[in-house]
Amino acid sequence: MPENDRITLRVARYRPEQEMEPTWQSYEVPLRKEWTVLDGLNHVKDHLDGTLSYRWSCRMGICGSCGMTVNGEPQLTCSAFLTDFAPGPVRVEPLANFPVVRDLVVEIDDFMNKLTEVKPWIIRAEDKPLDEGEFPQTPEEMDAYKQYSMCINCMLCYAACPVYALDPDFVGPAAIALAQRYNLDSRDEGSADRRDVLSSAAGVWACTLVGECTTACPKGVDPAGAIQRYKLTAATRSLKDLLWPWGQR
Amino acid sequence: MARRSPEPLLWLLFSAGGMAAALLVPVLLFLFGIAFPLGWLSAPDHTHLLSVLRHPATKVILFGLCLLCLFHWAHRFRYTLYDGLRLKNLSLVISLFCYGGAVAGSVAAGVVLFRI
Repeated sequence: MPENDRITLRVARYRPEQEMEPTWQSYEVPLRKEWTVLDGLNHVKDHLDGTLSYRWSCRMGICGSCGMTVNGEPQLTCSAFLTDFAPGPVRVEPLANFPVVRDLVVEIDDFMNKLTEVKPWIIRAEDKPLDEGEFPQTPEEMDAYKQYSMCINCMLCYAACPVYALDPDFVGPAAIALAQRYNLDSRDEGSADRRDVLSSAAGVWACTLVGECTTACPKGVDPAGAIQRYKLTAATRSLKDLLWPWGQR
Repeated sequence: MARRSPEPLLWLLFSAGGMAAALLVPVLLFLFGIAFPLGWLSAPDHTHLLSVLRHPATKVILFGLCLLCLFHWAHRFRYTLYDGLRLKNLSLVISLFCYGGAVAGSVAAGVVLFRI
């Protein structure tokens, strides 16, 4: 690839103090084999236009901050290579389905609130003292939840989910997958605490198994599968409650 | 516990319907739609087939298949109307039409099957 090759980034701008609607701005950045869309944006910020706002941190697909819509698809910009979009232009927009704060930065409070609602941490009926040692787990017990523990909260699945677009109350793919990450953990005893949120109308029952969340996930988590599995858990539970209403909850 | 919603039971019927349809319908279609008409397999004669159909087990299985498939359709079509056509504000009418249709279809299937 010639040293002076360039590619155009067509970036969505929104500066609430000066415009009512998002507008487009184009920047030419060097097209280098090892450059990602995020490197292109950083080049813009450092050399062309310091007013451009976007989130990023680790540059290696771990932190989950740099999710944006690249050519219409939700992606981590740190793992979307510019050469894959050559000759360009590359359209860079904020994540869909979230309110835009400024330029490429979205408001994530809704997701953060939903995340705490499903209690994604290990819940024990009684904490055992530290000197009693760790909680051993077999490799099989770890495999039961490990896939879901790969979630980095990047919210690409929310941007991809057509149900979340129509119904913002939907608890959503990542939050349900993370709830399952703990429900399926042999050390956890909190599944009853998560049940009301997960089996509500805005929980798993809002999902129509479109599967876009699983396609969009950059970490190989299968949120659609997590939701389907919980549907079976919740449905079995309701059936039990219906046939055996005096049983132990 | 939150107000009891019929959604889990409807989903169970939906998923059971999908499973039953996926397992049984292709076999029935292959036998009665392709293999018998094309003569790949020798077709049972009418009296034989009728006596198979009159067996209570056949009636129950076929009735179950019809019922589950209809409820599968009802659930899927309800969400197609909700999300595909953005008609969620008509949810009562849509639910009555879809699940009512499935009930009516099941009754009709039952009448046909158990009168044979």
